Amino acid sequence: MPDRPLLELRAIDAYYGDFQALFGVWLQIDAGQVVAVIGANGAGKSTLLKSIAGLMHPRRGDMLFDGAPIGGAPAFEVVARGIALVPEGRRLFPSLTVEENLLIGGESRRAGPWTLARVYELFPVLAERRDLPAPALSGGQQQMAAIGRALMSNPRLLLCDEISLGLAPIVVRDIYARLPAIVAEGLSMIIVEQDIVQALNAAAHVYCLQEGRIALHGRARELTRESISAAYFGV
Amino acid sequence: MEWVNVILQGVLIGGLYAMFAAGLSLIFGVMRLVNIAHGDLIVLAAYVALMVTQTLGVDPLTSLLLVTPIMAVIGYALQRGLLNRTLGDDLLPPLLVTFGLSIIIQNGLLELFTADSRKLQVGSIEIETFQLMQGVWVGLLPLIQFLVAVAVIAALQALFYRTALGRAFRATSDDQAVAQLMGLDTRHVFAMAMALSLAVIAIAGVFLAVRSNFDPAIGPARLIFGFEAVIIGGLGNMWGTLAGGVILGVSQAIGAQIDPGWQLLAGHLAFLAILVVRPQGLFPKVSG
Repeated sequence: MPDRPLLELRAIDAYYGDFQALFGVWLQIDAGQVVAVIGANGAGKSTLLKSIAGLMHPRRGDMLFDGAPIGGAPAFEVVARGIALVPEGRRLFPSLTVEENLLIGGESRRAGPWTLARVYELFPVLAERRDLPAPALSGGQQQMAAIGRALMSNPRLLLCDEISLGLAPIVVRDIYARLPAIVAEGLSMIIVEQDIVQALNAAAHVYCLQEGRIALHGRARELTRESISAAYFGV
Repeated sequence: MEWVNVILQGVLIGGLYAMFAAGLSLIFGVMRLVNIAHGDLIVLAAYVALMVTQTLGVDPLTSLLLVTPIMAVIGYALQRGLLNRTLGDDLLPPLLVTFGLSIIIQNGLLELFTADSRKLQVGSIEIETFQLMQGVWVGLLPLIQFLVAVAVIAALQALFYRTALGRAFRATSDDQAVAQLMGLDTRHVFAMAMALSLAVIAIAGVFLAVRSNFDPAIGPARLIFGFEAVIIGGLGNMWGTLAGGVILGVSQAIGAQIDPGWQLLAGHLAFLAILVVRPQGLFPKVSG
């Protein structure tokens, strides 16, 4: 069915203990699409990605991936189904080398275009530093390794949590410049960003979260700066 | 020459202590679980070997072909069925549960096998010795035991740093949540670590049982030796664990030579001295 969305979230409520972080959040992404989720600190962006990836389990709502429910599935099953998360703060394995970090990304053994060689082609600097321990890389290189590690599972949907966080603008531009090459392999992406300009440039669709609710959504080109800042800050 | 003999014996017994310690260190490294039942599991392995040798009429070293996989399966089941449920942010639940397990194993063995001392016989190699140089004698069995210990440590080191399973162990040890994001089922990774730990325990248990008498109550003392070897060597370093075992063995041998009653005391003193001087152990894990 070509018109079925790749991922569909319906009325997701997520909690940390008694604290409700997401209120009836919905989202749709089609195959090959790039969607940005923007919002202020604490708006629930990371919670949303963690819920999709299976690190958290929403209390209510439906999550359908390619038509099949994934809510409640543990993270290792979700990645085997084809959803990979680039976690906030990169979180490479510090006692593994760069190459070992990439190899462990392929642990789910999904078939697809991404191999060690292809990741090195995309990020040549990682090939030069493959035998170094992960913490020896610069922040930008670590981010590349984290993206490469997620790609190694050959996902159909790549979730990127704040890939610009803590990186110099020129490094951020460099990393974002390579995203089209990744999307060209036919996968979809959800990009969570605080850097709105970067997000709007990279994505076709934008959802804005405000205090756990979808405050605004639309095509990136059609949203006005005013409507975004209203949804972002709630003013 | 007398002292050379003493130190050599200490080195050789150190291999056994390193095998006690290796499984303990592995489990703590991968899942931060302190297995209080470790010593009793060693004794359990000795009794499993006793049953296998009596039932099949094979010698103890051959029995390892069966005892090792049996213990590994027990380890996997123990982790999946019980210990995984105790793991979390708190170190206390696994400590209490393995403490309980220790009591259950001791009393179960007591019920099944009585408190009588047992020993496994390996025949003539038990008493064979050869002269290394003028006045220095080595027993064949202690030498085999030490070489096996070195092989076990080398195998564990290679497994940790050269195989996909070892990579999964290290990744899970670093960051459990992200390991799951990579498609690793951490419950299975932990169970594999426990299976490996108990496979090492099987080898240690059989060598313990051919070396000296054993009964259901000697487990906790083996746990202490294992702990001391791990701490002396430094957590998370397999070759350090071997060094720790050797240092403990040599200290005990020297203590015993001075006065037979000082054997254990000398080992504990060496352990305490290293804890005071180098709390991180002699060869701590190279970070990053």
